[in-house]
Amino acid sequence: MTRAVVPASRVIPGFGMTLGVTVTYVGLVVLLPLVAVAVHAWQLSVADFWRVVTAPRVMAAYRLSFGAALFSASVSVAFGLLVAWVLVRYEFFGRQLLDALVDLPFALPTAVAGISLAAIYAPNGWIGAILQPLGWRVAFTPVGIVVALVFIGFPFVVRTTQPVLAALAKELEEAATTLGASRWQIFQRIIFPCLIPALLTGFSLAFARAVGEYGSVIFIAGNLPFVSEIVPLVIVTKLEQFDQAGATAVAVTMLMMAFLILLGIHGIQWHLRRTLQMK
Amino acid sequence: MVQQRLLIVGVLMIVLLRGGVVHGQDTLLNVSYDPTRELYQAFNEAFTKHWLQSTGRTVSIKQSHGGSGRQARAVIDGLQADVVTLALADDIDLLARRGGLLPVHWQSRLPRRSVPYTSTIVFLVRHGNPKNIRDWDDLIQPEVSVLTPNPKTSGGARWNYLAAWGYARKKFGSEEKAQAFVRALFQRVPVLDSGARGATMTFVERGIGDVLLAWENEAYLALREFGPGKFSIVVPSVSILTEPPVALVDQVVDQHGTRKVAQAYLQFWYTTQAQEIAAKNHYRPTDPAVLRRVQSEFSKLKLFTLQEMFGEWSEVQRKHFADGGLFDQMYLKAAQ
Repeated sequence: MTRAVVPASRVIPGFGMTLGVTVTYVGLVVLLPLVAVAVHAWQLSVADFWRVVTAPRVMAAYRLSFGAALFSASVSVAFGLLVAWVLVRYEFFGRQLLDALVDLPFALPTAVAGISLAAIYAPNGWIGAILQPLGWRVAFTPVGIVVALVFIGFPFVVRTTQPVLAALAKELEEAATTLGASRWQIFQRIIFPCLIPALLTGFSLAFARAVGEYGSVIFIAGNLPFVSEIVPLVIVTKLEQFDQAGATAVAVTMLMMAFLILLGIHGIQWHLRRTLQMK
Repeated sequence: MVQQRLLIVGVLMIVLLRGGVVHGQDTLLNVSYDPTRELYQAFNEAFTKHWLQSTGRTVSIKQSHGGSGRQARAVIDGLQADVVTLALADDIDLLARRGGLLPVHWQSRLPRRSVPYTSTIVFLVRHGNPKNIRDWDDLIQPEVSVLTPNPKTSGGARWNYLAAWGYARKKFGSEEKAQAFVRALFQRVPVLDSGARGATMTFVERGIGDVLLAWENEAYLALREFGPGKFSIVVPSVSILTEPPVALVDQVVDQHGTRKVAQAYLQFWYTTQAQEIAAKNHYRPTDPAVLRRVQSEFSKLKLFTLQEMFGEWSEVQRKHFADGGLFDQMYLKAAQ
């Protein structure tokens, strides 16, 4: 089977105009501020730029920020899928309420989230007091950062997976059942492959949000250099010391790394969609 | 109908807005550092009364509080502060050097180098002092965890750091040993908050740390707020005399036409009444007569000044707190 070539004249009118508006809008809203950041970073010479962005303290922060974001986005995917599944597939009392609760992390000011999480997980907090005798510390350690990032990232996965799960054609599952597939086989071979693109979207949204998250993390992180200092905090600290060029250099590097990772995820999605279509 | 209502609202608003000017109202914005909230509440109340009595005008004073460095940055970025009352002279120097908002000789414009009140750095410990902390040496013992904010963002933390450094240099006699001592101390810090109030909250509310390095005034405030049954103050043998200065922001007051009231506001600090307000809020007054009278309320300890021990702020800033400075190096060494 060959793929259809995009026809020169389109069926739906208005392509030129809408594309023009889209490009202008994305340019103004997204690209322009980013260009401003890049321009600021160019105040540094290449050698200085390299020295700033590869300083051991900054490198430690990159590892922490990206590591914690990737890990927390993975956790969000696992539990987000479970929650979406429960919300779509089962009828139970309080489902609407549970559904509404999922969105709360979106609405809560991140600082409030950070303060409440720190209060709960501190050694004298509800959960912290239970963990303390076991020798587990969450608040003011890198683990606390992951907890905060899971909190803010998990709605993304639920909200991207839920509609796909709801729209899944029942006939496919019924057909599979009549052909003798077990329940696990149905999930593994039919439902899960259909959900992968949505899960990846949820993952990349949760990841992107987590990498840039500042408000909730600083309250629970402990903010120790080399241990629990995230990249956004490094940037803010540099800004507070009037090192605008240094701050933007770190920001640009972080942005590029995030962009590459997101691009990679989109690449996987694109590849999956193609193979799915081929089938 | 709707238009009529809008018109009435509009007219009302104009009357209200103009009303302020007609009746002789002045407004001031005082941009200050973290733990001075209560101090300036009391001081502003007294000044408002004084201004009404001496000029017949009312004055409304707005306050802004935060980490000292962050506040300085906000003013340079355009926060319209008529007066700044920050944690250390260097942050106001920044306004002069970087922002050109006031002349570089600002510190000589008011008596006593523009420092109307001083304080020092003391220890706040848990009630009964379970870790038996008496002096700086006890802070670097194993099993002791110390709380201080980040010196890069907090003025108070810079004083904490310098107090520890000064103690160690006096005791051990060399810069290297002082550095080793301060490094050992910061290895015992589990959380670095960005401001003094944040560190106090972490210590008090979250129960983190055995000892909080704090402004003397902040330590007394914590005692008063949370009850003496929860915390005790430990006064080390030696500490630093912290000198938080005040200044008028020329560019802003000239734009707002508030120079007169802003000047009066800062000069009011040098009255006996205001000096007593400082003492009541556990700041050490700089007026010698008032200081003598209230001396018994403050702990006795040896105090060294920044100038004696370290020289000028610009030098200290560059050597210790700038990127790649001694503070950064401490963490780098610890990480390797």
